[in-house]
Amino acid sequence: MSQIFPKSANAAVRSSLFAVMALTLFAGWGVFTLMRSSWLTKQSEFVDQPIQFSHAHHVGGVGLDCRYCHTSVEKSSFAGIPPTKTCINCHSQIWTNAPILEPVRASFRNDTPLSWVRVNDLPDFVYFSHQIHVKQGVGCATCHGPVDKMPLTYQATSLQMEWCLDCHRAPEKFLRPRSEVFNMAYEAPADQLELGLRLKKEYNVAGIAHMTSCSVCHR
Amino acid sequence: MTFADIRTRLASPTTPDGPAYWRSLDELANTEEFQNFVAREFPSQASEFNDPAGRRQFLKLMGASLALAGVSACTRQPEEMIVPYVRQPEDVIPGRPMFFATSMTAGGFGMPLLAENHLGRPTKLEGNPDHPASLGATDVFGQAAVLSLYDPDRSRTLRYRGDTKTWAGFTAALQAALNTQRSLDGAGLRILTEPITSPTLIEQLHRILTDLPEAKWHQWDAVYGTVQAGGPAATPLYHFKNADVVVSLDADFLGFGPSAVRYTKDFSSRRRIGTPADQQNRLYVVEPVPTLTGAKAAHRVAVKARDVHGVASALATAVGVSAPESGALSEAIQKVLPVMAQDLMDHRGRSVVVAGPHQPAAVHALARAMNEALGNVGSTVIYTAPVAAGPADGAASLSSLVEDMNASKVDVLLVLGGNPVFTTPADIGFSEALGKVGTRIHLGLYYDETAELCDWHVPEAHFLESWGDARAFDGTVSLQQPLIAPLYDGRQAVELLSALNGAPGRTPAELVKDYWTRAFTSGDFTDPAGAPFATVEAFWRSVLHDGFIASTSLLRDGAEVPMAPANDAFDAPPASATGLEVVFRPDPTVLDGRYANNGWLQELPKPLSKLTWDNAVYVSFTTAEQNHLKNEDVIEITLGGRTVKMPVWVMPGTADDVLVVHFGYGRRKAGRVGSNIGANPFVIRTAQAPWFESGASMVRTGETHTLASTQTHFAMEGRNSVRIVDAVDYQADPAIVKHMGHKPADNLTLYPPREYNGNKWGMAIDLNACTGCSVCIAACVAENNIPVVGKDQVKRSREMHWIRVDTYFEGDPAEPSGTYHQPLPCQQCEDAPCEVVCPVAATVHSDEGLNDMVYNRCVGTRYCSNNCPYKVRRFNFMLYSDFTTPELKAQRNPDVTIRSRGVMEKCTYCVQRINHARIDAKTGERPIADGEIQTACQQACPADAIVFGDLNSPDSQVSKLAAQDRNYGLLEDLGTRPRTTYLAVVRNPNPALPSETSSGNKASGH
Repeated sequence: MSQIFPKSANAAVRSSLFAVMALTLFAGWGVFTLMRSSWLTKQSEFVDQPIQFSHAHHVGGVGLDCRYCHTSVEKSSFAGIPPTKTCINCHSQIWTNAPILEPVRASFRNDTPLSWVRVNDLPDFVYFSHQIHVKQGVGCATCHGPVDKMPLTYQATSLQMEWCLDCHRAPEKFLRPRSEVFNMAYEAPADQLELGLRLKKEYNVAGIAHMTSCSVCHR
Repeated sequence: MTFADIRTRLASPTTPDGPAYWRSLDELANTEEFQNFVAREFPSQASEFNDPAGRRQFLKLMGASLALAGVSACTRQPEEMIVPYVRQPEDVIPGRPMFFATSMTAGGFGMPLLAENHLGRPTKLEGNPDHPASLGATDVFGQAAVLSLYDPDRSRTLRYRGDTKTWAGFTAALQAALNTQRSLDGAGLRILTEPITSPTLIEQLHRILTDLPEAKWHQWDAVYGTVQAGGPAATPLYHFKNADVVVSLDADFLGFGPSAVRYTKDFSSRRRIGTPADQQNRLYVVEPVPTLTGAKAAHRVAVKARDVHGVASALATAVGVSAPESGALSEAIQKVLPVMAQDLMDHRGRSVVVAGPHQPAAVHALARAMNEALGNVGSTVIYTAPVAAGPADGAASLSSLVEDMNASKVDVLLVLGGNPVFTTPADIGFSEALGKVGTRIHLGLYYDETAELCDWHVPEAHFLESWGDARAFDGTVSLQQPLIAPLYDGRQAVELLSALNGAPGRTPAELVKDYWTRAFTSGDFTDPAGAPFATVEAFWRSVLHDGFIASTSLLRDGAEVPMAPANDAFDAPPASATGLEVVFRPDPTVLDGRYANNGWLQELPKPLSKLTWDNAVYVSFTTAEQNHLKNEDVIEITLGGRTVKMPVWVMPGTADDVLVVHFGYGRRKAGRVGSNIGANPFVIRTAQAPWFESGASMVRTGETHTLASTQTHFAMEGRNSVRIVDAVDYQADPAIVKHMGHKPADNLTLYPPREYNGNKWGMAIDLNACTGCSVCIAACVAENNIPVVGKDQVKRSREMHWIRVDTYFEGDPAEPSGTYHQPLPCQQCEDAPCEVVCPVAATVHSDEGLNDMVYNRCVGTRYCSNNCPYKVRRFNFMLYSDFTTPELKAQRNPDVTIRSRGVMEKCTYCVQRINHARIDAKTGERPIADGEIQTACQQACPADAIVFGDLNSPDSQVSKLAAQDRNYGLLEDLGTRPRTTYLAVVRNPNPALPSETSSGNKASGH
């Protein structure tokens, strides 16, 4: 009886071994890439909002402070989304008939709230606090990006855990003086590490053991 | 389990591992089943997978799950919306809760509360720390009330004979009925309420009764406003802080009623001893039913309820009151009585005799005569006129109403709250008489048994949706303010009565404020500091903020309370009756069924028996043995020709020949949670004898009914976890507690030592103060979004409570000599066995010493739970959390993750509260103050038995407790170095009555 497999089958088996390995690696790379892709993280993605609100105009152009609208950023975990009343403060005086602002006027007239789509959305098992980050010298732009240049708001960073830990492991890379937290034009100095370490001490920022303890963010 | 097993084991105390303290009769018998039960981590789950075909299928499924598990991370998050206010209220800071003072009622009495409100949603209730009736703690009902607010089964529509109607239509019909009544002076109008202390409501009722002099107001409450054989004329208020010796005559003052929270606070202040030299109080209890109060007694004697009167008579005679002959007394009583009397006389002015609310007026009169003879009145007890308005005896009031109904004298019956069709005594025949009433109107939270038989049903507003007022048990006027607009368009009794008074349009807010504006001008109220208020507006704002009017408390220091006259007769005690006695008690968690649809309360293990989701007949060990009864046997009880079938629960400490029957179950129309579970003993309860009656008989039916008791769950292999010493031994050798167990050196570990530079959290639980009331469990459930799993899952030992209260009995089960409670949350071990076995690092040590549990990492191997010697980890075997019912979503604490299926969870020391306090402290650039963080269990505890704080700070309260001689770690011989430590029980028996079990070393087994 002749052999079932010709000799060349050996080569095919050997090469298939490599092929399987390569495929596994490729699949692994694929998953790895997908997990970090902006499709999954929604990084840099524009979202449809009820009103085409422009931070570029209001912050970059008009020069409003972040806290004019996001009033609870210093005293609560949630920075706060302004009530319609805040919009109407100005828009009862200027651009009173602009068609683009009709939803705002309608909301105020009918006492029905506006529904904004959350742009920077953390998973529900993450408990982030604006209050402590702002207090410890993390600038708005550090996480939210150049908001003053965003005609439509998008998520500037991946908001993945490794991104959080980048800073939680070495906050000195990002800290700025408290007075500069809301300054959109702030640029990190050349000696950022030196400044960061000094601020870390001055602001009594916790060490890496605390900042990487699970229950600090998850509970 | 057989009685023979237990007897044999008790007879041979030489058994090497014989427990001195035991949790259940099964444990005591140490049967093979019980050993099996303990050996398994979760008894009713498959420990091993034996079925070969199933195993392959299982591996396939698991393989597929594993392969696909990673992919599940690749889902895009769903879009979420942010909905800001249109006009944001000034004080609201999104993300930060606000707290408002309000109060709930129990038997008409105000139970002060602070409600936590997240953007308009009340999520958690705490006690009002400034209010004299709470001092910051609550009872289990206060913790669970918030769930009832969001109950999806609450009545949502106003109905006329089943059809939906409007409020306007209802008020028009009411006016029409009233116009007819006006011409008759209200002869056909009857109003049936629960007991009421609300000044606004009382004024409204009196106005109706003045306008319509022939109309009548009746009261009924199956739990609170019901007395046996005539109610006492005066209401006693106790100062347990001042009492060195306390004698309870069937009074469960620590466990029952609207005063229990305050009394537990006062009583436990005499139990939280600091040094061996500190004097504790000494408690004697004579009672038919094991209660929380009885469990704290140094000497407890179980007698029939009927015989308490005789004991009171004998005791009164012994302390010098000329009381009637007591008749024959049992041997146990004869032994204790002279010692008890001597102890009382040795502590004149520093002792108190407390008569129970279920005992007739004569016993109260005897107790008062004793207190007067002993000079206690004024120092440990005062007697005031009743705080509640209206008839003191609800049963008599109800009987006369039913007579009128049967005589067709009632044209309009207004039932304001309550569920009389279900709760009224069987012999009165309320539901039958109801058919003879012209127009029946019901105001209630649920479309219940009563609503069903009424013409009109008006949905009632929950107290968290209501404006109102009530007096606390000590007379303090407590305000009620709404935390949320009525979810289901509920109405309040004040609105309805206002419509009766010819002003249908007035809102409850107006009515309540209007009353107090008028009361302010005629009263002389002062603020908590004692200063008068400047204006009405200042007064109103201040009392709404505080939740109460401080100057109205009769228990405040320096309060001058007019003494109510004592005019009750002692009466001769009834002759002892042979045969069985039925003792009625409200269910400890659902009362008379009013909380039947509250899943938290249904699943809360009832103190002592640890039953859930059911009621049962408690019988003593001896009675069970004589009648060949065992747990879960269904018996038929016959009393006065009426019968009920109920399962049996052998409850150590019950008096012999007594059947303790808890009512509150057997509801037909409670809702999806509470309908059609348990038996309804109201069918054998009578108006003459609502609390106890002799002459019962019982037969075994041969049926059994499975009961879900958590008493044996999570047993720690009989390792004698409670340490108990006698006061004399503790004083002789303060280190005795430490010697009761072996504590290995701290460095006996393979792991490197950890350093804690910042805070180092710890907890200490004082077992000497703990009364076992279980409010810690309820508070934890409310704070930490703990799901309800249902009876079937509880039977499988899958209840999710993060803290449990283990109850240990001591001595012969026929006559246990002691009962001890041990609240058991996660011990947050320093060298935690759970951490090292987790394959995915889902449970890890934090830098502040917590054993963090990371839900989003957990893959559900359950190794951690398997390795936990304390058995405090809970696994979501199924999707227990309700993710779908929209009403319940609003109740959840937004600061705590809602866990899904397949995830392990456990006590976190309320890490959300720690984080909030830490962030606030850092923002304020200051350290976290001692006491700033209170865990939910600690905050609710009326005994102040739980203390949480920073072990790194030597001045913190918890550090001081950790340094006490009484302090020990649970199972510390295992080397886990628990951070939650316990303070041992120090018994204080009368030296003239040596306890049968000697203190100390026997317990340890070392």
